[in-house]
Amino acid sequence: MRGFIIKEFYHIFRDIRSMVVLFGMPVIQVLLFGFALSTEVKNAPVAIIDHSNDQVTRAITSKLLSSGFFILADQVPGEDHIEEVFRHGKVKEVIIFESDFATKLEKDRQAGIQVIADASDPNTANLLVSYTSAIVSDYQQEYLKGMSLPVTVKTETQMMYNPALKSIFMFVPGVITILLMLITAMMTSISIAKENEMGTMEILLVSPMRPIQIIAGKVLPYVLLAFVNALIILLLSYFVLGMPVKGNLLLLLAESLLFIVMALSLGIFISTVSKSQQMAMMLSMFALMLPTILLSGFIFPIENMPLPLQVISNLMPPRWFIIIVKSIMIKGLGFHYIWKETLIIAGMALFFIALSIKKFKVRLG
Amino acid sequence: MPTNISIQASHITKRYGDKLALDDISFDVKKGELFGFIGPDGAGKTTLFRIITTLLLPDNGSLLVEGLDSDKDYVKLRKILGYMPGRFSLYQDLTVEENLRFFAGIFHTTPEANYELVKDIYSHIEPFKKRKAGKLSGGMKQKLALSCALIHKPEVLVLDEPTTGVDAVSRIEFWEMLDKLRMSGITIIVSTPYMDEASRCDRVALIQNGKIMSIDTPDAIRRNYGRALWAVKADDIYNLLTDLRLFKATRTAFPFGEHIHLSLTSDSVTPSEIASYLKDTGHRNVQITRIEPSIEDCFMEMMQKV
Repeated sequence: MRGFIIKEFYHIFRDIRSMVVLFGMPVIQVLLFGFALSTEVKNAPVAIIDHSNDQVTRAITSKLLSSGFFILADQVPGEDHIEEVFRHGKVKEVIIFESDFATKLEKDRQAGIQVIADASDPNTANLLVSYTSAIVSDYQQEYLKGMSLPVTVKTETQMMYNPALKSIFMFVPGVITILLMLITAMMTSISIAKENEMGTMEILLVSPMRPIQIIAGKVLPYVLLAFVNALIILLLSYFVLGMPVKGNLLLLLAESLLFIVMALSLGIFISTVSKSQQMAMMLSMFALMLPTILLSGFIFPIENMPLPLQVISNLMPPRWFIIIVKSIMIKGLGFHYIWKETLIIAGMALFFIALSIKKFKVRLG
Repeated sequence: MPTNISIQASHITKRYGDKLALDDISFDVKKGELFGFIGPDGAGKTTLFRIITTLLLPDNGSLLVEGLDSDKDYVKLRKILGYMPGRFSLYQDLTVEENLRFFAGIFHTTPEANYELVKDIYSHIEPFKKRKAGKLSGGMKQKLALSCALIHKPEVLVLDEPTTGVDAVSRIEFWEMLDKLRMSGITIIVSTPYMDEASRCDRVALIQNGKIMSIDTPDAIRRNYGRALWAVKADDIYNLLTDLRLFKATRTAFPFGEHIHLSLTSDSVTPSEIASYLKDTGHRNVQITRIEPSIEDCFMEMMQKV
């Protein structure tokens, strides 16, 4: 058994490709999701048409431009040219102050700002418009300070757990889940399929090794490596991306270990039904990767899916693990909030282990 | 089962779909015997060996190895078998030494504990023990595979086409090793498509299309050929074969290298009659010699009868 595990490590460490997949992929993915693929909008080019050009409009303008969300892109000579600048794609949003802005505000206690956004990208347009109104209403608060207010209803929003709405809060749990799932399931299924393909399984079978020993020997190295992987991802997210770990770190690691075991048993199961390395890889990619990304709630909210897909998403182990990771890392919840999800993953692990041992062929053909 | 019998196969039949891979095969292998299965590719040798090594179950018939049933007692049986599959099946990315240690390990032993048994073979490749198995030559791969199959001191050694794809010198070396191994009392069964290797076995089974055509010692098989055999040679070897087959007294004529092995319908036909027939048909430099039949001649002969 010890020899088997040592042998497995030799296989992994001597194969450049497995090393890249094991240790290159996590780093690249975390950094990609963390820095490059962000849903936040920063430095969006805006144009400002100021018909008033008084101290109030200038104050609002400087507030907008110093927020970090906008940079001044272009001078637009007048309203007639708005469509043209949008067509060129140089500007994402145009802000227009009406004439005599400060005077109207003083006298009529009311003045208008028009915001026109390029909604060919609806998400960005939405975000920009809401940033703009937030900044304007912020100014309004300051302006009204010390004045008596007419009756107003004020909504006060608070974004719990992620006040700055950072997108890495969403991505990191998803990336951890996808990587653990993919690496562990794919690597084990391929490594077992390889024994079949190379004919070495034939010799292993004609030996006193029992199926459970062969499977354990295959799996244990990957448990360790996947765990190291989880640590790398967590360290990167914590130190490089500033992702908090509000809950118990030990609990998070223990849950990750459980999820790794689940993914591994799924990998073994895949290898028992695939005849070649190639088939094992295709199965892991299409049967695991796509559903993991699409149906786990990682990118697309489960609540928005049609009912049949919602039902299917319940069968996706990553769905439950993402909830666990978010609860521990972002909300700082303890075990008694996530025991149900833990139980589901443990159940899935047991199911696949039992199935793999049963499906493992002690003979050829 | 008599105590001197190591392997007892009775009425083994195996089918793949419609194709009959093994057709009612029965044989005994004695303890300590070097037993060969000789036959061309597709004869059923590998299927038979996989049944002996418990990797496949026969559709019919039973197989006992050292008194253990290949179906019911497969767990116990796997401990006493040493198996070398036809395809090189070691870990190519592991070194020679690591492979040996691994295969010793899965049988709960170490290379050191059984070094005596493999010493003669392993010493050939020991200078390369730090080399990856995938980078060895064909002959060295076979020696390593044999070492790995032997390292746990099996009672029965099963070698499926160990010399296929190996150069001529390594083949001879390999059989010399098997010869030495036989001295240690281990039962060895080996398969090969090379007829000339049959003489290295104690007994051989000639196998073709899933059937055993004959089981005997190599000498007895040759003695049973039962008629005179002539080796004929001439300048134009291609037309020689067609012309000999048209000769009225020809029974069989098969090309063997640069000769044609000829058997006749009657022993009363003399070599000079053959020679004059060939001269009449325009052949030059005709040589005719009487030869002892080889196993291959016997094999061809038996195939004619089937």
